[in-house]
Amino acid sequence: MKFLLVEDNIELANAICSRMQLDGHVIDHAANLSDADAFSRTGEYDLILLDIMLPDGDGRSFLKAHRAGENDTPVIVLTARSQVSDRITLLDLGADDYITKPFDHAELQARCRAVLRRKAGTARTITRYGDVAFDPVAGHLTVGDNVINLRNRELRLLELLISAPGQIFPKTKLIDRLFSYEEDVSENAVEVYIGRLRKHLENTGVTITTHRGLGYRLDHD
Amino acid sequence: MTDVVRVSGSLRNRLAVTLVGGAAILAILLFIIVRSYAAQIAQQGQDQIIGASVSSILDAAVVRDGAVEVDFPYASLSMLGTERDDRVFYAIYQDDAVISGYENLPRPQWQSGENRTFETVVFDGVPIRMASATRTLIGANVRIQIAVSVGQTQDALSGTLNQISQNVALFGIGFFALAALIAFWATATTFDQLQTLTTAIARRGPKDLRPVARPIPAELAPLVSSLNSLMGRLNQSLLQSENFMTEAAHRVRTPLATVRSHAETTLQRVEKPENRQALRAMVRAIDESSRAAGQLLDHAMIAFRADNMEQQDINLGDLVQELLMQLTPIAEMKDIAFEMAQEPDVIMVGDPILMQNAVRNLIDNALKYAPAESTISISVSHSPSPNVEICDQGQGFAPDEIGDLAKRFKRGANVAGIVGSGLGLTIVEDVAHAHGGKLTLTNRRQGGACATLSF
Repeated sequence: MKFLLVEDNIELANAICSRMQLDGHVIDHAANLSDADAFSRTGEYDLILLDIMLPDGDGRSFLKAHRAGENDTPVIVLTARSQVSDRITLLDLGADDYITKPFDHAELQARCRAVLRRKAGTARTITRYGDVAFDPVAGHLTVGDNVINLRNRELRLLELLISAPGQIFPKTKLIDRLFSYEEDVSENAVEVYIGRLRKHLENTGVTITTHRGLGYRLDHD
Repeated sequence: MTDVVRVSGSLRNRLAVTLVGGAAILAILLFIIVRSYAAQIAQQGQDQIIGASVSSILDAAVVRDGAVEVDFPYASLSMLGTERDDRVFYAIYQDDAVISGYENLPRPQWQSGENRTFETVVFDGVPIRMASATRTLIGANVRIQIAVSVGQTQDALSGTLNQISQNVALFGIGFFALAALIAFWATATTFDQLQTLTTAIARRGPKDLRPVARPIPAELAPLVSSLNSLMGRLNQSLLQSENFMTEAAHRVRTPLATVRSHAETTLQRVEKPENRQALRAMVRAIDESSRAAGQLLDHAMIAFRADNMEQQDINLGDLVQELLMQLTPIAEMKDIAFEMAQEPDVIMVGDPILMQNAVRNLIDNALKYAPAESTISISVSHSPSPNVEICDQGQGFAPDEIGDLAKRFKRGANVAGIVGSGLGLTIVEDVAHAHGGKLTLTNRRQGGACATLSF
């Protein structure tokens, strides 16, 4: 997916960008409102991540202008305030969702998916691999005429594996992807989800192979 | 915040007492003046008649053959007849000796130079009004000084006076009642102005610090203008502290977000278990501190709002639906499903921001403690009173702690591994109490925790 990040703190912007790129997303960074304006006019984005306090103005005014210009690219606001009243104003101004700093990237991804699903503009997010078409936004796999709905963790696991087929992903990386930092989980927990994905992928020609001591890999015939 | 105002006296009472007291004094004065004036007039009337009687007796006196002869007509005394049959006494003196009438009638006390007196004396044990006059009769070679006194009891007079007093008293009471009525009406209308102003200010929401714009009486203008300037300053300082909090939150949370993002990215790249352990601990600590900061701010906000609550109709079903929509992405991350059972139009009166905060805290808790791929059921119902119930399929509350969990910074011993501030349930309980409701924590029989907010 292609993101536009509007954030004046360079450190945070770098951190978010490298985290996003790690997940295989394309991300442009604007450090102020005028850059953001220029980017959003010229580029086609799936989603805009917008900070509220910017050096040359308030992110909310960008939001208003953005909506007034009939630009329907969804906007998720990155806010430092967590109070309910602030959230309500943001949503009233036309933000599609908000997330409070500091945030969990998994939550940000989940919110992006939810927003995109609501906007129903999912066509170009579909990844094809072998005979399988995977739509991470809608959360389903299509094999021929057969549509399989994935649970969220299955989806996130497949999203990672399908981002680099043929590459071995260590268990630890998969765990980071699936579980929040709040829980202590054993490395075996991931096997449950690998097992389920394998079941969904039966007879599709796409397989997940185990590489003992190394991790898992997605292949197809 | 809602300190009791020290009350010393009441303007309304003071004004009412002054006006009513004034009316009472006026009524009494009126009574005394009218009564004494009436008494004076009645006395003058009696005096005139007695005086006339005395004159007619004196006129009848003649000197015949050197002796005094007084043959006064019957009318001289009958003119004194009254409806009360007052008794009449007379005495005729010749050179201070009684020649006719009552011997022991008190002698007239002549004022020097006067030949006519009126006095009130006691005769036969009753007060009488007595008129006396003298006349010098001149006959052949003789000058004889005669005097006549006529006295009359005052039964009729005092009867008349009583009658007048009664009427005047009735009139005075009427006057007093009317004046008191006007006094109460005047105080009521005067203080109505104050009351409308008070209501207008009291009915404002917690954040409404606009100056009072409605027209007010001139006497209240100084008070209202200082109130307006106080509110202006308060508004200014609230705005400042709000800006400060926003700025502070921004300054603290942005670097935290940077650290967290870096830690997450680094975690993807390192392999060594001890490094991974350290990075995970870092992320957890950041989550903990940001959560605690957020909850502390919420807690302070709730303490502030609870004192000046907004009173609006809140549709609990809509409120929960909206929150669920916002929280669905988080629930999906753990493959948790929401199950909502809702009776239509469950309405309560309260502060929507506080209520959102409370219900959100409960759903947040359920999301945190529920296992993956489970269901959180939420029900909103009317009976027995408007309530929201949120149940998960987690491990439930430890039975021996269930009563203490809403205490500040108290967390269950069975959730030590999960990030939390220990303020969530405190906030919920505070909100419940501010709305006159309560928070009930129970364990389901089939396992899992239930939190019920009822009002």
